[in-house]
Amino acid sequence: MYPSKFDYYRAGSVSEALSLMQQHEDAKLLAGGHSLVPVMNLRLATPPVLIDIGRIGDLKGISSVGGSVKIGPLTTHAMIEASADVPALMSQAASGIADPQVRNRGTIGGNIAHADPASDWPTVLTALGATINIAGSNGERSVGATDFFQGLFETSLEENEIITSISVPSHGEGTGSSYAKLFHPASGYAIVGAAAVITMSGGQCTGASVAVGGLTECATKAPSVEAALTGKALNEATIAAAADAVAGDLTGDILSDFQTSAAYRKAMVKVYVKRAVSAAAGI
Amino acid sequence: MTVNISVTINGTTYQKDVEPRTLLVHFIRDTLGLTGTNIGCDTVQCGACTIHMDGMAIKSCATLAVQADGSQITTIEGLAKDGELHPMQQAFWDNHGLQCGYCTPGMIMAATKLVENNPGITEEEIRHGLEGNLCRCTGYANIVKSIKAAAQAMGGGA
Repeated sequence: MYPSKFDYYRAGSVSEALSLMQQHEDAKLLAGGHSLVPVMNLRLATPPVLIDIGRIGDLKGISSVGGSVKIGPLTTHAMIEASADVPALMSQAASGIADPQVRNRGTIGGNIAHADPASDWPTVLTALGATINIAGSNGERSVGATDFFQGLFETSLEENEIITSISVPSHGEGTGSSYAKLFHPASGYAIVGAAAVITMSGGQCTGASVAVGGLTECATKAPSVEAALTGKALNEATIAAAADAVAGDLTGDILSDFQTSAAYRKAMVKVYVKRAVSAAAGI
Repeated sequence: MTVNISVTINGTTYQKDVEPRTLLVHFIRDTLGLTGTNIGCDTVQCGACTIHMDGMAIKSCATLAVQADGSQITTIEGLAKDGELHPMQQAFWDNHGLQCGYCTPGMIMAATKLVENNPGITEEEIRHGLEGNLCRCTGYANIVKSIKAAAQAMGGGA
């Protein structure tokens, strides 16, 4: 199908976008459109107004700032996949998003604002401890990824707010990472996704950040897994035991649909946490 | 509401008033009459609507015509030059890279960029790169064979 009727405005800057958002209360922002336009084609979303921010040059690109990397929200998945400046976890995850055509148009900012529980960036950004920088009519603020993602297609973005950048801390020496996902074979969307950032020193795990997504309403940290890994000598047995602890970190309902039951997702998340941690630790 | 856009498609610049909700694939097919680009799922899954926009393979069913304002586009109609099929088109012909043909324009447009961006492309990379293009006849064996042959004809190929 095709979208229902809407009015269209093109913003040339963040301030212009914010003023358009104030004038049009029910407006949706359009970046690459690869989350929004498909749901508009299906008439699951029928916004009366779209504000196209896709041409705001300041919002696109990757730059290194001190010990972190700053990513503009209009940066496409393909740009992240090809970047040598982003953490390896991000380029690895980007290469598994949908397909090349979607990666050429879809943007990281659009993806996280849409907050589909089956998408990859929420899990990856949560594991990386990313910060989402936001501008609004009341000024600017920054939110950690763990607080940004709040539920099914729900974020902490207020009305009249726009993502201006995503800051991701760079890894130090001895830190490895990996994203492992069980994906739907047609769409590439995560049924279960697990991201791990593991720091090793002398065979021991000295730091672990693990997040899971796809199976719950939004991506979440896995503190029980992290605690079970930290301070341990990592091997197949210790990683398997830590991965089993993920069951205690799952909050809220486990998603279930006609393809994949909640029980299957709960069983698989342990497997994929184990795979992500093993690959991150090089074991 | 209508928006005036200017888009260059296959070397010709078109200036048109469009409704904002016009999908790029509908603009190409219905407004301009270039019906070589097909519509399959209209939810970015099947790849039948793949075209080249500003040098990249994209899906025109999830792109609004207004988003393409000012862009350079190539559709399947623009691939042949001077009456000669593009090596990718010729390879699909030679290797029977199609059954019903519905996915073929999208397959050829996606495959052309896969090979241009990776001249030494392997079979595994071809299969991975085609994840966004579905063939409901399941004719993938000859599609992959065609792309391998085209990669060689285009000067690379593993």
